[in-house]
Amino acid sequence: MTLFTGSDLTCLRGERVVFAGLDFALPAGGCLVLTGPNGSGKSSLLRIMAGLLKPFSGTLAWTGVPLADDPDAHRSRLHYVGHLDAVKPAFTVLETLSFWTGLRDPAEARRRALGALARLGVAHLAEVPGRYLSAGQKRRANLARLLASPAPLWLLDEPTVALDRAAVALLEREIAAHRAAGGAVALSTHMDMRLGETAGLDLADFAPEAPGEEE
Amino acid sequence: MGRLSALVARDLRLALRQGSDAAAALMFFVLCVVLFPFGVGPEPNILARIAPGVLLVAALLASLLSMDRLFQADHEDGSLELLALSPVPLEVAALAKVLAHWLVTGLPLILSAPLLAVLLNMPAAGFGVLVGTLCLATPLLSLIGAVGAALTLGARRGGALLPLLVLPLYVPALIFAAGGIDAGLAGLSPRPHLLLLGGLLAGALPLAPLAVAAALRASLE
Repeated sequence: MTLFTGSDLTCLRGERVVFAGLDFALPAGGCLVLTGPNGSGKSSLLRIMAGLLKPFSGTLAWTGVPLADDPDAHRSRLHYVGHLDAVKPAFTVLETLSFWTGLRDPAEARRRALGALARLGVAHLAEVPGRYLSAGQKRRANLARLLASPAPLWLLDEPTVALDRAAVALLEREIAAHRAAGGAVALSTHMDMRLGETAGLDLADFAPEAPGEEE
Repeated sequence: MGRLSALVARDLRLALRQGSDAAAALMFFVLCVVLFPFGVGPEPNILARIAPGVLLVAALLASLLSMDRLFQADHEDGSLELLALSPVPLEVAALAKVLAHWLVTGLPLILSAPLLAVLLNMPAAGFGVLVGTLCLATPLLSLIGAVGAALTLGARRGGALLPLLVLPLYVPALIFAAGGIDAGLAGLSPRPHLLLLGGLLAGALPLAPLAVAAALRASLE
């Protein structure tokens, strides 16, 4: 079953067309890997999928229902991991994570947050304030959001940045588990990740013909 | 409702851990008011005459002082993106942040205002009206300021732009608040002024969060 589709998407940043005529389809249990050179619009596409950015043209639909009909419902079914890790320097890892988890579902947010940290191998950091974390530890703490409250769609913008090999392996395992449970993942990466069977989308294929010369 | 309080509690805890913003606004208010007797001279009648205006303008500037940080930290560390993507409507999140800002900066101003009024030789008969007026005016200042803070978010030199944008919008609040206190001191009823102030607050309470959320969404694009 196809969960999430986009058709004929065009993205405009400033005056520049980043990509045009892009289609994608993400089935339940599917994984869409976005590739392409820097500036080809991988992050923009993920932000469009999340609803943070409006496409210049084109439509997105969830199980056939256009997102524009119900943007609120879309937010509650996705997790987005961007370039910034949203770790508060003054809060402990557990406080930050329980807050985000509690916003989605207040029931037992703290227990679920602890479980998520343990699954990413950072349970020992639970009581450490964010300001003392390394870049990789911050990223693990941020990724723990995905596990603490379930959502069918994961949008991951270069999730492996700053992660060590062990953490990448953990992430690969969690993505596999998420897909096995019927979830869908769209991610951009410059790294070879072992993700099993994936669909690829090369953003370079949708770049405008002659950059800088279009009207 | 539970989520609104979770958002307010988070901002309050952040403010208490960092501490500086709330303390800075209050200290600014106190110092600003204390400076006036030095500048204007210690003539009790003059001080009593200008006391309401001085207290209101100082409160207004103090409330503005911490306003540019209202969304900036969340914007810089990515929390704002997550707030915009959380199932909680961004309008509710905006209202929660304004409420937290008011509790951290507006409430201490209200509580300290009568003490400073003594310093300015304001007649004790006006203290009740002063506190009542500030109770209506400071939330209004926080709401209007938040719209400015959201609009200037991400702009270079947004800190300098914010007062230019927001101070003219503070004028109606200032006029009715000062009018209310003056009426109280003159033995007249402050009721019409307070009603107008309350009307402005009743308008800003639903409208400002809508404007803040729209500006925040634009800043995330």
